[in-house]
Amino acid sequence: MASGIRDKVAIIGMGCSRFGERWDCGPEELMLEAFAEAIGDAGIERDQIEAAWLGVFYQEQSTGKSGLPLSLALRLPNVPVTRVENLCATGTEALRGAAYAVAAGAADIALAMGVEKLKDTGFAGLPERTKGTFEDLWQPGMTPPGAFAQLAAAYAARHGYSMPDLKRGLAHVSWKSHENAAANPRAHLRNRITIEQAVEAQMIAYPLGLYDCCGVSDGAACAIVTTPAIAASLGKRDMVTVKALQLAPSNGVEMGHASWDGTYTLTSRLAAARAYREAGISDPRAEVDLMEVHDCFSITELVLMEDLGLSDEGRAVHDVLDGRYDRSGAIPCQTDGGLKCFGHPVGASGLRMAYEIYTQLLGRAGVRQVGAPSLGLTHNLGGIPNRNVASVSVLGLHGG
Amino acid sequence: MDSRPGIKACGVYLPRLRLERTAIAAATGWASGARAGKRRGSRSCCNWDEDSVTMAVEAARDSVAREDRARIGWLALASTTLPFADRSNAGVVATALDLPESVAAIDVAGSQRAATGALLQALERPGVARGDALVVAADRRLAKPGSDQEMDYGHGAAAIVVGCGADVIAEMLGRSTLLADFVDHYRRSGAEFDYALEERWVRDEGYLKVVPRAVTGALEAAGVLAADVRHFVAAGPKRFAAAAARAVGIPADAVADDLHSACGDTGTAHVLLLLAGALETAKAGEIIVVAGFGQGCDAIVLGVTDRIGAHSAHGGLRRALERGATDREYLRFLSNCGLVDMDWGMRSERDNRTAQSAAWRRRRDVTAFIGGRCAKCGTVQYPKSQACVNPDCRAYHAQEDYALADTAGRVKTFTEDWLAFTRCPPLVYGNVAFEAGGNVFIEFTDTAAGELAVGTPVRFAFRVKDIDRVRGFHRYFWKATPVRN
Repeated sequence: MASGIRDKVAIIGMGCSRFGERWDCGPEELMLEAFAEAIGDAGIERDQIEAAWLGVFYQEQSTGKSGLPLSLALRLPNVPVTRVENLCATGTEALRGAAYAVAAGAADIALAMGVEKLKDTGFAGLPERTKGTFEDLWQPGMTPPGAFAQLAAAYAARHGYSMPDLKRGLAHVSWKSHENAAANPRAHLRNRITIEQAVEAQMIAYPLGLYDCCGVSDGAACAIVTTPAIAASLGKRDMVTVKALQLAPSNGVEMGHASWDGTYTLTSRLAAARAYREAGISDPRAEVDLMEVHDCFSITELVLMEDLGLSDEGRAVHDVLDGRYDRSGAIPCQTDGGLKCFGHPVGASGLRMAYEIYTQLLGRAGVRQVGAPSLGLTHNLGGIPNRNVASVSVLGLHGG
Repeated sequence: MDSRPGIKACGVYLPRLRLERTAIAAATGWASGARAGKRRGSRSCCNWDEDSVTMAVEAARDSVAREDRARIGWLALASTTLPFADRSNAGVVATALDLPESVAAIDVAGSQRAATGALLQALERPGVARGDALVVAADRRLAKPGSDQEMDYGHGAAAIVVGCGADVIAEMLGRSTLLADFVDHYRRSGAEFDYALEERWVRDEGYLKVVPRAVTGALEAAGVLAADVRHFVAAGPKRFAAAAARAVGIPADAVADDLHSACGDTGTAHVLLLLAGALETAKAGEIIVVAGFGQGCDAIVLGVTDRIGAHSAHGGLRRALERGATDREYLRFLSNCGLVDMDWGMRSERDNRTAQSAAWRRRRDVTAFIGGRCAKCGTVQYPKSQACVNPDCRAYHAQEDYALADTAGRVKTFTEDWLAFTRCPPLVYGNVAFEAGGNVFIEFTDTAAGELAVGTPVRFAFRVKDIDRVRGFHRYFWKATPVRN
């Protein structure tokens, strides 16, 4: 097994656009908004970028295909731009490409950009899309909330929770993210909610109500990466490095084999185990200081606490209600509001998560700052619980 | 094998939805009057995802077990509401049933007499002694809102297995056919609705002139006295059948109920549906007369054999009647019939083009619901694929066919999705574990909100999966539905 890229890649600049219903912006404006911040943060010139990765998911109604949209929007100097897509792990996939290029020595400085322009769809929620010529013939005509709601039904049954009890836990997950986003000027949904509002909200897909679902947003986020040596030569002192970047796609077990019981995300467990190994983490509950996980729906975040090894199986509801993942808790989760409230422009989300961890590690989070963290985790789950791509990244202070 | 040809088994399917006629009257009375005489009982109605093909598949499944289907060499699908004018509808049914590729499958249409016509063809075909035939009749006739037909019609299907041998439950003793181009009603090709003529004229000048003659002819051919008939199964309203029985000399108590209260007149299927019902109560040695009416009459005299017991226990019609759920949503009925176009939102605009080349490659997976079973590790899986899904096996090219349509399942996960597009919200779907092992992510049908729980036992039903309005196509797949006792 390879030793991985731990501490071989440093992030020297990051940027993130305001997320939301950006009716005034196309993907070009969003990418430039994020890039302007990142290049200023990195303190380099545009032409020092030697390769770039563009992550966008619904290209058919925003950017179009290929790496061209990024090259065109930023007028990059004809350097290689690779367009990647891996469902909701797309942003992290872009970061992985750029990080690997630096770690391999193929590029000194590389850019990872994630963008999504969702609000040109014409309706609320994610756009409809084909699942493939054969899959369309048999798979349900599902929506994301319906696909993820499956977790809740199975989790409640397996662990013996009544649905009202589980819904209290789910409501706390969402309440906490609204609280966090209220302190984040770039977040899409900055209103505070009550537990009762969440529990009693309009049903979207049983048992998930309106406040169990994340925002559908426009936005872009990006990272500029290089080697720690070059970062040091650029005068970077407090430096965030990549400790681990792991990916695990389903291979069919969840949707086709009896061994999966529908209460957890198998790939998250696999990706987390690999990431902890790459990062040298032996006890994530003690070592991870904060995290941004894929809270596309409240139930997803809840089961992820178990999948990432942070709560015991069947106990995440209690840990959530105890405030363990609140901003004041042992392992703050979604300090920026998460997908739930910061918003979920699919291709940008992985990089938006990295942006918050980076910001917190460098102590720049202002009112959102949670102490002096040295290790943070991001997680994406692309697809649906029974067929997906999970990514886990660990970012930390260099030498930390 | 020198026994006379006859009926070996019957199956019945009625859609679950039974619309109360008082709900029709309440919605249409402003236009059509109170129609007090028509407001009795309820009528069966297809869900949005049912048509004559899906109902035919269900009736056929009720009539012949999978292990006996290899014996079926001939299949007729009788209907005046076949969804495809040029694509063998019987071919879809045969594929869904996983009948042998060598089966002769024909669509029989054009008249309410199509079912008895097909039944006679099956009974008299040259190869009847060499293999079984399956006659399925199904109809989903539409009716104009406010019309008498809307009150009278029901949707449904029935299937009859025909053959020779010791397992015949009713053998044909005689038959008679009369042709009469009598226009009691008609539906021009491409038209949605029937145009019906005055009922008294139809009864006096049509039905009562042709049905008694044909029945008498069949009884004579069989050498049976009218007074000895125990079951008179005739198309049309019971008062028509009773008048015809009177004219022939068949005892009044032999006239079968027309099921108007329970489900309505299911068109071409109806006479076979009534025949299935008669066979459920018939005893060995009794005489049944079947009369199909439509541009003439087919009359068939059947003698019940001592093998009838198994069929009575099966109770296809009785169970189909019991499975109904009364409904009062008249507008939903119209929507399910495609007679009103509800606003389903932008999600309904998704392009449902079928890649026919992919559908052809995977026809066994999709239409017949054939999965795979790994020959190396025994794992059952859907869909069948090139590599075993068992994480401890993952063998390539090791899967053999494994039929899943008739296996039992249990709900593993589910949701009721109010956001997803369906013509019958919410869209219910989830993971279902097959009793034989394996799992499928699948839509549910005929499932109300609040009805499912993890562990709920389900069966699978053949249904319309998606409709492609742009290209005038719709595709079929299987859906899970709760097992109800």
